[in-house]
Amino acid sequence: MNMIVTPTSPATPNGTTRPQVRIVIVGHVDHGKSTLVGRLLHETGSLPDGKLEMLKAVSARRGMPFEWSFLLDALQTERDQGITIDTTQIRFRTNSRDIVLIDAPGHAEFLRNMITGASQADGAVLIIDALEGVRDQTRRHGYLLHLLGVKQVAVVVNKMDRVDFSAERFKDISDEISAHLNGLGVTPTAVIPISARDGDGVAERTDRIGWYKGPTVVEALDRLEPARPLEALALRLPVQAIYKFDDRRIVAGRIESGSLVAGDEIVIMPAGKIAKIKTVESWPVTPVAGRQGAGRSVGITLDRELFIERGDIVAHAGTAPRETRRLRARIFWLHDKPLAKGDQLLVRCGPKESRATVVAIEKAVDPGELSSSENKAIGRNHVGEIDISLSNPIATDPYTENPRTGRLVIEVSGRIAGGGLVLSVDAGQRAVPVDIVPVESALRPDERSARYQHNGAVVWLTGLPASGKSTLAKALERRLFTNGGSPILLDGDTLRAGLNSDLGFSAADRSENIRRLAEVATHLARNGHIAIVAAVSPAREDRATARRIADTAFREIHVATPAGVCEERDPKGHYKKARAGALASFTGIGNDYEAPQAAELVIDTSKRTVAEAADEIEQMLKTTGVLFDEAVDLAANI
Amino acid sequence: MDHLDQLEAQSIYIFREAFARLKKIALLWSLGKDSNVMIWLARKAFFGRMPFPALHVDTGKKFPEMYRFRDHYGKEWDLDLRVEPCPPIDAVDPTLPPAARSAARKTEGLKMALAKYGFDGLIAGIRRDEEATRAKERVFSPRGLEGNWDVRDQPPEFWDHFNASPPQGAHLRIHPILHWTEADIWAYTKRENIPIIPLYLAKEGKRYRSLGDQDITNPVNSTASSIDEILVELEQTKVPERSGRALDHETEDAFERLRVAGYL
Repeated sequence: MNMIVTPTSPATPNGTTRPQVRIVIVGHVDHGKSTLVGRLLHETGSLPDGKLEMLKAVSARRGMPFEWSFLLDALQTERDQGITIDTTQIRFRTNSRDIVLIDAPGHAEFLRNMITGASQADGAVLIIDALEGVRDQTRRHGYLLHLLGVKQVAVVVNKMDRVDFSAERFKDISDEISAHLNGLGVTPTAVIPISARDGDGVAERTDRIGWYKGPTVVEALDRLEPARPLEALALRLPVQAIYKFDDRRIVAGRIESGSLVAGDEIVIMPAGKIAKIKTVESWPVTPVAGRQGAGRSVGITLDRELFIERGDIVAHAGTAPRETRRLRARIFWLHDKPLAKGDQLLVRCGPKESRATVVAIEKAVDPGELSSSENKAIGRNHVGEIDISLSNPIATDPYTENPRTGRLVIEVSGRIAGGGLVLSVDAGQRAVPVDIVPVESALRPDERSARYQHNGAVVWLTGLPASGKSTLAKALERRLFTNGGSPILLDGDTLRAGLNSDLGFSAADRSENIRRLAEVATHLARNGHIAIVAAVSPAREDRATARRIADTAFREIHVATPAGVCEERDPKGHYKKARAGALASFTGIGNDYEAPQAAELVIDTSKRTVAEAADEIEQMLKTTGVLFDEAVDLAANI
Repeated sequence: MDHLDQLEAQSIYIFREAFARLKKIALLWSLGKDSNVMIWLARKAFFGRMPFPALHVDTGKKFPEMYRFRDHYGKEWDLDLRVEPCPPIDAVDPTLPPAARSAARKTEGLKMALAKYGFDGLIAGIRRDEEATRAKERVFSPRGLEGNWDVRDQPPEFWDHFNASPPQGAHLRIHPILHWTEADIWAYTKRENIPIIPLYLAKEGKRYRSLGDQDITNPVNSTASSIDEILVELEQTKVPERSGRALDHETEDAFERLRVAGYL
């Protein structure tokens, strides 16, 4: 908003920084949130010149009496409807705090906006109409504050002028709401009788509330504490990305808790790989010395090359988060369709995402209702506890141990549909039914290596259609076989004719197609063969899954033939069909191919012969320990 | 960590999320103080060089100082600069008041650039404290197929989880400095020594607080001739930042109409 703030008191002594606290004002619709905000801005001298006069004039022009809430209802649509519809942020100052006020709305339909606002708040003001008393949204908002982790809650009982400033009425409401909040584990910091319209109790204890001895609203705001420091907790650095813009390989992310410094021994979860921090990179000055604490966005380099991906968590050995495929969470639900057992979801824990299935639902209730009757599904704007099974392992903490990493959001159709707190983590539990007992091979890996003169590997050729993947794969297969090796070609199209014939070309089906290819290839690699996979595999995430499955056996080759050349070749006539609109979801014409960022090898087949390309692949397989060089002692490799 | 460190860390987080989760993004470079801070933050996020284009949707009516600034720092900062023109004024909704109509040209230019490059995300330097309708924005803000903003149906956004899946053909606006204030921008510009266009500093009792097209932007009364003096001025003034922008004052809802149609 156009609100430039004037200090209402002298600057903080000794030039210290004033604590900034973010607050949210919540409560039932029409209980007076916007009025209180308008009044607070006025009482703290925070309104721009002429704003009040302008709004008074607008009110007069519309033939309606001036309301304090007009200050916030700056949108035309809101004024027409007479309710505040969204979160606005306004800043003002009390004696000792810089306050960022998030005006959360009260209309039930807009609960998602209240959550958006309250999730960023350090403290909350819960407002109750003295005449109407505690209503369903009062209770629901109280519950959500608890779920969102807002611990400092001041309650104001508004419109005291309409109950003749009755101390008795105030006490009834105060007792009722205090009992409700205490039941949730929240102790109100104050319960304050006010009239936001007239100003009683906002910045001043007037005669009309002479019986009240507690703090005013402004005083209560003054006592709020800013967010708790997270540096004392164990290190959690969720990885946002790995950058290779130059010769540095930088692991980038924000430290959610704890701290780190160059030289630290770290562990990458959930894989559990160990490394040491080589440098902490920055810009314009790099590297930076000194300890980096919670809240910093950093980039680190490591002393060794490990496969790390977005969503992994960097922690210190000994205090690492738990790896799990199963967890329990207390969530709120915002989606139209109720959440039920068996539902498929996408779960996000920080930058990590995983597909998930709801295994069980318990304690599904409407937090607005007094009697909490339990339901089978979690309805819109309701809460509940769920058990979820994750398709990828994630590393996380219960929220009681780490409020930053111990929370998750749930997406449905690409849109955030709910969120909540991680209650417990079933460490190490795999989503594998107990009656499956894998049978191990009778042969040892070194027996096969000795015969084939190579280790098992997954050679993954990715690239646009007609880029030359299959041609290269066949050339490589022939060459390895000639040298006595055991190559096996897994062509994407060939497998689609059989093993994967139930799959189409949707994003989910493509992912599943890649996963199966990777599982089969990895099985072959573990048994000493070189599985050569030729598949477009356009999605970076899917290839990351393949790499995770094959782990150290994975060798990615990007067949980076220019798109124009590929289209010209078009041996299967796919490009022509796609141009004519007869082939939906065809990779190559749009820009949906996500090129690898860290492939072991990049080959442009328009610039070399097939034999030259096969030479390069052979060389790469030698230097990365797959093929045994004639000169190398076999024993060293097994 | 001080206040500016916190703002910086949050913005860097947003930049990295946008780069990781979207396929093809660009930063809207208006050449003003806010977008220069954004470029600086992007270079911090990506360790020196911004790894996506800077898009200047050019009305052709900016101040000469602004064009000089663009040409100089576009090179010095090694930006992948794309300058895109706007359509003539006749192509724009004639029912808008004059200044709003002029500003709406930029929206049309933006739509043309979107169609040309197929970006699925545009990074814009708006701030909540600038203007009431901007206060209602999300960090990742979905736009409809026509580039329009539906203020009534915004997805929830909490705990730094952003909705990053625009429907096919639509795009997202990403707002990495939504949580900054005008004073924050200046304090950070000073701390980091980020270059500015001299029009922001007072000359003969006037300076520009906000830079738009020459014909619809006016200077405000001021004696602040350095960033320090600007910061002192901001502590005392109650004049809104965009008071020199003619389009904000034509009718009560002109700005909102522009934004619903896809204006920044």
